[in-house]
Amino acid sequence: MTTEVQSEEGVEGSASQPERMVIIAASGDLDKAWPVLILATTGAAYGLDVTVFFTFWGLTILKRPDAGISGEDWRQKMLSIFAKGSSDHLKLSTLNFAGMGPWMMKGLASDKNVASVQELLELAKDMGVTLMPCQMTMDLMGLSLDDMIDGLSEPAGAGSAIGLMKEASINLFI
Amino acid sequence: MADITVDARGLQCPMPVLKISQAMNKATAGQTVELVASDRGALSDIPAWAADMGHTIKEQFESDGEYHFVVEKRSG
Repeated sequence: MTTEVQSEEGVEGSASQPERMVIIAASGDLDKAWPVLILATTGAAYGLDVTVFFTFWGLTILKRPDAGISGEDWRQKMLSIFAKGSSDHLKLSTLNFAGMGPWMMKGLASDKNVASVQELLELAKDMGVTLMPCQMTMDLMGLSLDDMIDGLSEPAGAGSAIGLMKEASINLFI
Repeated sequence: MADITVDARGLQCPMPVLKISQAMNKATAGQTVELVASDRGALSDIPAWAADMGHTIKEQFESDGEYHFVVEKRSG
């Protein structure tokens, strides 16, 4: 969407591509997922062509809430049980207290009208942010696209990420 | 009176910027979008966003603890 608007009107200084922003989301913590999505959506609001590359525990943000036990290897199955994932089950990096911390944090956010991770994920998709899962970590954890939410790009690897980051004016690892 | 009005009252960062950006994408060049926000961060965020995007803030005022921004879409 952003790309269309930019190309119709032209970008100051150059009529070509909009500037690019890449975020590597490597953490499944609630307090990391939140800034990843706040910055991704705000980047899109600034007319940037934003890609978020989800790798390692970052993939758990993209898991379906109803994804069952995944993988074929018993270790992958155990991972999918212990790291249940989905944007609704993320933990805090500190003060998690077996889920008490995230529950309090999400309650506060709701009271203060702070957009939830789920809302921001939907907004990111609406605003044209590319949500790119890492193929290698999906294979490692035994995840398929069926275990993930809709609206993701094709899984890709470090080569694609570096290719995008080389052209980007903002690169973040969160 | 602005061509498009966006109510972001009660919403926190980054929603005021996202809301005005979405409205601006629907506006045509020269049209104005009025944003009403209660998030104090909008006082710095909206002018920074508008300046970067090349839009013009035609009017900005505070009334009853709410911040109003009338922004004109850049002409091209």
